Formats: sequence, structure tokens, C-alpha cells
Amino acid sequence: MRTGAHGRRRFLGLAAAALVAPLLPRPARAQAGARIVVVGGGFAGATCARSLRRADPGLDVTLVEPNPTFTACPFSNAVLAGLRDLRDQRFGYQALVAEGIRVVHAAATAVDPRGRQVRLADGTALPYERLVVAPGIDFRWEAIPGYGEAAAQQMPHAWKAGEQTLLLRRQLEAMPDGGLVVMAVPANPYRCPPGPYERASLIAHYLKTTKPRSKLLVLDAKDSFSKQPLFTAAWGQLYPGLLEWVPLSHGGRVIAVDPATHTVSTDFERYRAAVANIIPPQRAGRIAEAAGVADRTGWCPINPVTFESRLQPNIHVLGDAALAGAMPKSAFAANAQAKVCAAAVLTLLRGGTPPDPVLVNTCYSLVAPDYAISVAGVYRPKAGQLADVEGAGGTSPLQAPQEVRSLEARYAEAWFRTITDDVFG
Amino acid sequence: MTGPLRLGVALGSAVIAGAVLAAPALAADAALLASTCTGCHTTSARITTAIPRIAGLPEVVLAEAMRAFRTGQRPATVMDRIAKGFTDDEIQQLAAYFSSRR
Repeated sequence: MRTGAHGRRRFLGLAAAALVAPLLPRPARAQAGARIVVVGGGFAGATCARSLRRADPGLDVTLVEPNPTFTACPFSNAVLAGLRDLRDQRFGYQALVAEGIRVVHAAATAVDPRGRQVRLADGTALPYERLVVAPGIDFRWEAIPGYGEAAAQQMPHAWKAGEQTLLLRRQLEAMPDGGLVVMAVPANPYRCPPGPYERASLIAHYLKTTKPRSKLLVLDAKDSFSKQPLFTAAWGQLYPGLLEWVPLSHGGRVIAVDPATHTVSTDFERYRAAVANIIPPQRAGRIAEAAGVADRTGWCPINPVTFESRLQPNIHVLGDAALAGAMPKSAFAANAQAKVCAAAVLTLLRGGTPPDPVLVNTCYSLVAPDYAISVAGVYRPKAGQLADVEGAGGTSPLQAPQEVRSLEARYAEAWFRTITDDVFG
Repeated sequence: MTGPLRLGVALGSAVIAGAVLAAPALAADAALLASTCTGCHTTSARITTAIPRIAGLPEVVLAEAMRAFRTGQRPATVMDRIAKGFTDDEIQQLAAYFSSRR
């Protein structure tokens, strides 16, 4: 039955193309009914599938995503702090289905780049002309001794939003006043560079307002981080004595954990945490390695104009999984990259040469309710990488009146509504 | 009525696509440029947010705003930082593109 519907759509696509084709300059026609498979239904994958289908309804677009609904990470730190409901983070794929995208809720387990096929967990093979890999991140479970999938049930990472977010929220709620909360933050690169510091801020806000004798210790595997001067100033102003950041050079790197005793160890100290949030080191989602598009770093090098893999032809990599030069691993970046990639795929299918893109990223971080800061960047391809446009971008000013912080908090919320409508609405 | 109309639209977009291949032309590049803006500035009728809607504003207003953001003459939270990344020509293309949207 599925094949029938599939066939009919392709037939219609061909018929429409046949009607128009004789009047067109030949290279302008997209390959009729070209099959595009997109693996991963997050901000990158869902945007790309949608952009492709909207630009050319004759394309045969399949989106492969195991989860029936998407749970967004941006704003999930507000859920941890009790400021937001996780339901507001969840989005379905109905709008994509209604636009003619075939959404398959299954796990992609293998890719044959030569045979141009994706294999699903149930053995189904999906042939493609172009494949888009947007699997987000997976964790390096081996990186912190003692921290694996089972340990994450005791010491949540909450770095993929959903049950983990709720688990960490419940632990924070259950903790008595006066408890020690420990966060472990990885070295670069990882999903959402300012995310751990937004989380630290909002956990501190929760503690300050409900459990003021408690303490939050942020153990960091690096010495500097995104929007650092702004976060540091806000912490000094809002959470003095409550939030302590321990950088790498002061022994901040977590070298082991023991979930049974809730112990977090660094080179110099052992901390008994009431609540431990361990954000482990990361790499591209598993399918990237299976597809042969991840390099030794675990991430995926790409062409900055087309997002085509440097390692496999006809496979494009987007979002957190990609090594996108100066662009950070953010939802905004994933969405922007996906639109550029969709346009490039269409141009390539037509035999054309995609033009150089200009990409923007904007990331908001809440440091308290009604108080947000931002970092922005503009990027262009340069020497084979996406490079920062000099003189553009940067962070919110260090000195700014509360109205500006408040306005940025409203814009953060507005951005989330806009982007989730753009991708799933 | 719908038949010929739809065909006309299809032809229109196809002609534009053809022109792009001959030499990078305005329309497709403008849409590509604009695609990064719509992460914040919605073009959807479904929602209204605190971020200003720019689709449908006059071209001259949009171009002037971007240039003023770029020089810092117009106060902003983030657009001053973003506008600095675009050339005069790109600003003009973006302004034309968004003004033509509903």
C-alpha cells in the first residue's frame, strides 16, 4: 500500500514535469521524482525535508526518525527550573506528512554509500539519489569512567530533552534545602556551547527561590566558554555564593563518577552530590559513523557551500553532527544550514553550481526569568570552511539596562515560537 | 482557471531557475540569503511574536533599517551585530525579497 501511494506521487511528479519540460532550458529541470532520504527529524532534518518538498513538490522526500514526536532542547533548561512545561517542548510531524513528506518512524541502522541505500532496523532498504544525515549527537559513554547509560538513570545528562529532563527536574525538586548540586561540563565541541551555563543559571535561580541554603558547583573541562563575561557578571549579581564555577585549570575536569554513592571525582577532589548532572563528551549521532561520514574526531567534515560530506559523495550532513567551521552546534544554525543545503541539493540535481551562502546564527541564553543574553554570528565560506564575517556578530553588551535583558528574554521566546512553527507548524 | 494559472506559476519559477544557472541572478540568491532570516522573522500567518514581522514592508524601509543597524544609528539588541555581516548589494536583495512577501 505504501508502495502504491509512493508510485502514484512519483507518477504525478513525472506527469507535471513532462508537461512543462519541453518549454524549459534543460538544466533547469530537477531530476523528476528524485529520491531524497533525510535521516533525523530534528531542527536540521525536518527543516531540510520541508524546504526540499516546498521548493519542488515533484521530489520524493522520505524523513527517517525513530521518535513519533520531537522534544526540543532549546528552553528545556527552563523546564528544569520549573519555569516551563515539557509539553511546550514537544512537536509532531503531521504538518510534514500533510505536505507530502513520507515520515518513517524507524531507526536507520546502515548506509551503503556506493549502492545509495539507507537500511532501517526492520531491514527495509530506502534507495536515494541524495542522502541528508542530520542525526544530532550521541554520547561518548566511555569517556568518563563510571558514566554509562545505566548511570544516566542516577545522574542524568538531560542533554537530549525528554525523560532525562523530567528526571533531573524531579531530582532537583526532591532535594532538601542545603543540598549540593554538581554539574559536569565537557570540553568543546558539544551541542549548544552556552547551554551548560544557561542551565547553571536557571538551576541557581530555582535554588535561590526555593532552596536558598543549597549550592551549585559547575565542574568544567575547559577554561573559557561562550558569553563568559556576561554569564560571570550575571552570576555575581544574581547568585553570589550559590553558584561556583570551577575551570579546568583549577581542577574542574571530571575524571570519574560513581552513581551508587553519587560521587563525582576530579584530579583533586571527590564531591558527594545530592543531585549530579553529568553532560558527557559527545560525537555525531551513530548513523554518521555507519554512513562513513564521520572522521576520527567523531564529527562530520562538510563542504561549506553544499553541506555535502567531505568523505562520501551524495551524502550531506547538517546540524550538530557537522563540523561547520565557526558555526556553533545550535538549533538556529541547524535550521539555517538545512535551508541552504536544500537549495544546494536542488541545484545539484538540476546539474547547476550552488552559489556561496551567507549564514546567520543567533543564540539566546536565559540567566533568570526576564533576563536573557545573546550571541550572534554571520558566516561565509572561506578556504573550505564556514568562517566568521569579521566585524559582525558578537555578544550582548556587558553593560546594559534591565530593559535590554528583558527584551532579549522576550525575543528568545519569540525565536522559539518562530523556529518551531517554521519547522513543525 | 487553476490549470493555466498553476502552469504559469510553474513556468515563472522555472524561468527564474533557468536564469540562475546561466548567471547567478537576483531571485534565487535573494531567497537563499533570506532563508537565514526566517529563523527569527516569521513569514507565516499562523503566529505573531515580539520579533517584528518584516515580510511585506516597503523595500526602502527595510533597506534603510538594515543600513542604520549596520552603522549603529538605529538602536538594536541583535540586528546591529547581524547587519554588519551583509554588503550593500545583499541588503538591497533582502529588502526586495521581504517586501515582495505577503
